[in-house]
Amino acid sequence: MPRDIDREQVRELVAQGAQLVEVMPAEEYEQEHLPGALSIPLESLTPAKVQRLARDRSLIVYCYDQQ
Amino acid sequence: MLRYAAGKRDWTAAGLPFEGAQARIPRVLAVTRCDVPTCRLGEPIGAVRDRTRSAGWDTCFVITEQRVVLGRVRTEAFAAAPDTPVETLMEPGPSTFRPDVPLSQMLDYMTEHGIRRAVITDQDGRLLGLIAREDLERGLAATHRSETGAG
Repeated sequence: MPRDIDREQVRELVAQGAQLVEVMPAEEYEQEHLPGALSIPLESLTPAKVQRLARDRSLIVYCYDQQ
Repeated sequence: MLRYAAGKRDWTAAGLPFEGAQARIPRVLAVTRCDVPTCRLGEPIGAVRDRTRSAGWDTCFVITEQRVVLGRVRTEAFAAAPDTPVETLMEPGPSTFRPDVPLSQMLDYMTEHGIRRAVITDQDGRLLGLIAREDLERGLAATHRSETGAG
């Protein structure tokens, strides 16, 4: 279960090199996304992929809002 | 793995930069006047008036230590006795808008509702600044010029 963080924590962690991942559908990612975020729609975010991405840096996933 | 639970809606509503097709649309934050005067509950209106006017403004916002907007003090309130606390004169809980609203949408809304100026805050109610209708009009005109290549 991922740990929830807030906006300021995101900014701090990104400044330290964390990787942002948007899990919305690709079309929504194309419209707007956080700077430097990768697009990995939720259905393709496999444990293996997470492991590969998180090997060297913290991984922060996000979607549109709390819902 | 960490989760930014509030999501990108929270990010853009805080006026933070973002990428993508929507990033090209001019937003309210671009024309927000961030130097609007502020004051705290309990301050006497005389001091608030002097500070506001010397800064070239005719309005002031009452905020908390975290910059959460509590109310607005309009120029009419400055006529009160100087030691009157601002909280007895302020308009509590003004309507606020987010910094990621497109300029054109904001202008349409302000025109339709006869609003001359509007308060911009982030999702947590923290003051970012004030926008004026004429700033929106200028911002849209500038955007149109740059898109059409007009001088």
